[in-house]
Amino acid sequence: MIELNGIRKVFGAAHVLRDLDIGFARGEFTALLGRSGSGKTTLLRLIAGLEQPDAGRISFEGQDCTHLPPAARRIGFVFQSYALFGHMSVFENIAFGLRVRPRRLRPNEAEIRHRVETLLSMIRLHGLGDRLPAQLSGGQRQRVALARAMAIEPQILLLDEPFGALDREVREELRLALRDLHDRLGLTTVFVTHDEEEAHALADRIVVLEAGRMIADRRQAGEDQGFDGLQRRSSRAFDTTLTLEKAIAAPASTGLR
Amino acid sequence: MSSRGSHLILIAATLLVVGFMLVLPLLVVFSEALAQGWDFLAEALREPDAQAAIRLTALVAAIAVPVNAVIGVAAAWCLTHFSFRGRKLLIGLIELPFAVSPVISGMVYVLLFGLQGWFGPFLMAHGVKIIFALPGIVIATVFVTLPFVARQLMPLMQALGTEEEQAALTLGASGWQMFTRITLPRIRWALLTGVLLCNARAMGEFGAVSVVSGHIRGATNTMPLHIEILYNEYNLPAAFAMAALLALLAIATIGLRLILEWQGRRAEVRGQQAIWVNA
Repeated sequence: MIELNGIRKVFGAAHVLRDLDIGFARGEFTALLGRSGSGKTTLLRLIAGLEQPDAGRISFEGQDCTHLPPAARRIGFVFQSYALFGHMSVFENIAFGLRVRPRRLRPNEAEIRHRVETLLSMIRLHGLGDRLPAQLSGGQRQRVALARAMAIEPQILLLDEPFGALDREVREELRLALRDLHDRLGLTTVFVTHDEEEAHALADRIVVLEAGRMIADRRQAGEDQGFDGLQRRSSRAFDTTLTLEKAIAAPASTGLR
Repeated sequence: MSSRGSHLILIAATLLVVGFMLVLPLLVVFSEALAQGWDFLAEALREPDAQAAIRLTALVAAIAVPVNAVIGVAAAWCLTHFSFRGRKLLIGLIELPFAVSPVISGMVYVLLFGLQGWFGPFLMAHGVKIIFALPGIVIATVFVTLPFVARQLMPLMQALGTEEEQAALTLGASGWQMFTRITLPRIRWALLTGVLLCNARAMGEFGAVSVVSGHIRGATNTMPLHIEILYNEYNLPAAFAMAALLALLAIATIGLRLILEWQGRRAEVRGQQAIWVNA
């Protein structure tokens, strides 16, 4: 799905990534684990197109996209600080990716409204579409950031320390929801964390980076040891069973694809 | 001395200086302008040369301010979003018009575009008149007011960071969409303040414009230049009438600026309070 070959990234005198080769299979849920400064966030930003590698090649499904701008990659990206648009309502934040489409690909107002409302229900923030991001709690903001990224129907989802700023209870709830989302939509997900326990709880595969090199790459053995060991059914963060398929998979008729 | 006592003394001294140096002269301008009554004031401002000066000043500002708004936004953007060799130097250079005497700013353009200047013969051969004409006045004004917008925006852009803009890009926005939908709304109050200050200075600039204008009555005299001419002709009432109009502009600028700052703060506070309410 995603292939990176010989990726090198240098900031000034700092070698952040050193000739890194790594691939991510379709449907895989990968945790990038490492200390700060290990290059994990840079790796994520390279995949999203927010940084350009100094050497190496990035391809999606065999297609070279090393120099493709981020807008053309259609990758869902969740920033560590969420990066919600502070001057826009929650509704407009989620609708943004639909509104900026070229006219011929843009859904009409009714379709946008429907899709955003569906996503709002999915993240259990129904009725809060008029709020500004500053009026939400940390966990709510995190969910808005995820819904906003999902609105563009990405096949790849990248998350940069998505739960870092949240307290434990909220964090565990959102983990479950994220894993649920990933499984239902068949996403290819890569998330950055420095929390080893989180990586184990959530991911199929754990890649450990240190000083710009990959020092470990292991798949979690049984399903039981991984995510399914947690109580998925108790997830209350997202209303996925009710609305997710509608939200994400339906819009063939709306000319979105 | 108690700290309360020194407080009072400092406040009193400040009030005295502000009153004596700022408020009193302003009162003088308005009382002199109105000394001969409202009718005289209106008459003095309706006089053809005065009208020409007002029109020219408005025209110069109408060109110079939008130009500087665009340049200012672009410069602030580049200097806060990219790191490159010479960035610090460029930030310093943007402030140059504040550091250099306006007369020199005017002189430079005479030396460049004047008849004896570097480009003088070329411009002459093509029938382009810059010095002692509108283009010269506009260029000098643009130069003098260059820093206002950029200086207002740079600290704000630095503080806001680039993550929201990057988020817009990952959601499929083009560069232009990102700018108009994310960047611009976030900086709008600071931008308006910068434009306001830029406009006040553009309309009030004397030194640089004086050098390049040529003081042609009814043609290249802006309001400040016209005031000087009237003053030198001992036509004090008419000079004060024009001066009152310019002073009014300054007061309006300050008033609008306060409103803008209050608006910007209110938008911030709204968000902050909401967090506490929902926490």
